[in-house]
Amino acid sequence: MLGPLDYGLALASFVAEAYLVVRLCVSKNALRYFFLNIYMLAAVVATITQEIALRHFGVASPVYAYVYYYTDPLLTIFLFFVILSFYHQVFQQMGAGKYVRWGSALLLSGTALLSYLVVRRVPTHQGTAHFTQFVIEMSQNLYFVGVVLTYLLWGAVIKLRETRTRLIQLILALGIFFSAEAAGYALYNLFPSLETNFLKWIPPVMGTFLPLAWAYTVTRIPEGARLETARVATRGSVQQMAAHQHS
Amino acid sequence: MNPSFIAALICVASVVALLQFFVTYSRSVIAAYQKSELSEQVREVAGIDGERVRSEQFWQLVQLVRLCPQKNDDQNDLAVVRVYYRMMGWLGVMARSIAPGIYKWAESERVSCTYFAAVALDRRIAYSRALLAQQMSER
Repeated sequence: MLGPLDYGLALASFVAEAYLVVRLCVSKNALRYFFLNIYMLAAVVATITQEIALRHFGVASPVYAYVYYYTDPLLTIFLFFVILSFYHQVFQQMGAGKYVRWGSALLLSGTALLSYLVVRRVPTHQGTAHFTQFVIEMSQNLYFVGVVLTYLLWGAVIKLRETRTRLIQLILALGIFFSAEAAGYALYNLFPSLETNFLKWIPPVMGTFLPLAWAYTVTRIPEGARLETARVATRGSVQQMAAHQHS
Repeated sequence: MNPSFIAALICVASVVALLQFFVTYSRSVIAAYQKSELSEQVREVAGIDGERVRSEQFWQLVQLVRLCPQKNDDQNDLAVVRVYYRMMGWLGVMARSIAPGIYKWAESERVSCTYFAAVALDRRIAYSRALLAQQMSER
């Protein structure tokens, strides 16, 4: 049974996603953030589809489980495209667009191959419980790929001394989202009993956090704002800690 | 390979990454406020003596920020920095006796959070004044 908090979070994420699409289109940034827009549109469609499945079949029905667990990995794959577009923005000034395109092609082929291998061994004949377990494992792995990709991107941001505040905050919010989701799914795999009290809140909370954080960044931080990456990077923090240790 | 082992590895790596991303995100939010100078008025209201704010003043400043009319552009920043301040508090408590370097770093981060709250208060006071001036001129 879904409670008021579930509905509140779903509504907040829906509003933030729709707002972000409109905001980017109105501010004529739709092309610069094309994949982000596509992801947000896909998220809006997924929310509506889940809501229809919920109303017609109920939260405990296999149809709702299938809709929920199929749309989730699909949205994750859309997020990979968003990461790639961030890579493109970071490496644009270096003229490394060719390498990013090759990387994108490689990632896409890898994802397609993985998806094929995964779909081939879906245990459709073993019921919803097996299917759910299977999809949770797959989501855990997909989100972890997202963590790795975002981490590498953050490494590139520091190395190349990227200073665009908006881009930095968009990437960091994505990193928080991916790592919280991957940790949540991994914890579920390790301790399924935690699901009822704690873990079930991670996907809706993070699903609301990401569009809210992005909407906030796009609204508050102008495209031209700059930030000294060395000031915020945790590597700098470690150096500060060492300096405090010696002082 | 055992699926539980993979899940444990992913869990540990993701939690480490989550902490790192969250710390960096919070620092990027705070850094945007570090360039602002504090006005005499906010120093007086918050009882800030000298150049530096003290980390213990954080909650007092947050209370004062809540009393001012909302400007609607610092709510998310405040929420993030409140969580970060608490996190640094726990880290400081844990590291105090075993790692003084980490304790000092956590303390300096808490001071940055307090400075952030002071700047937020300053901005809200300026906003309240502007609102008041606007109302007076409309009468």
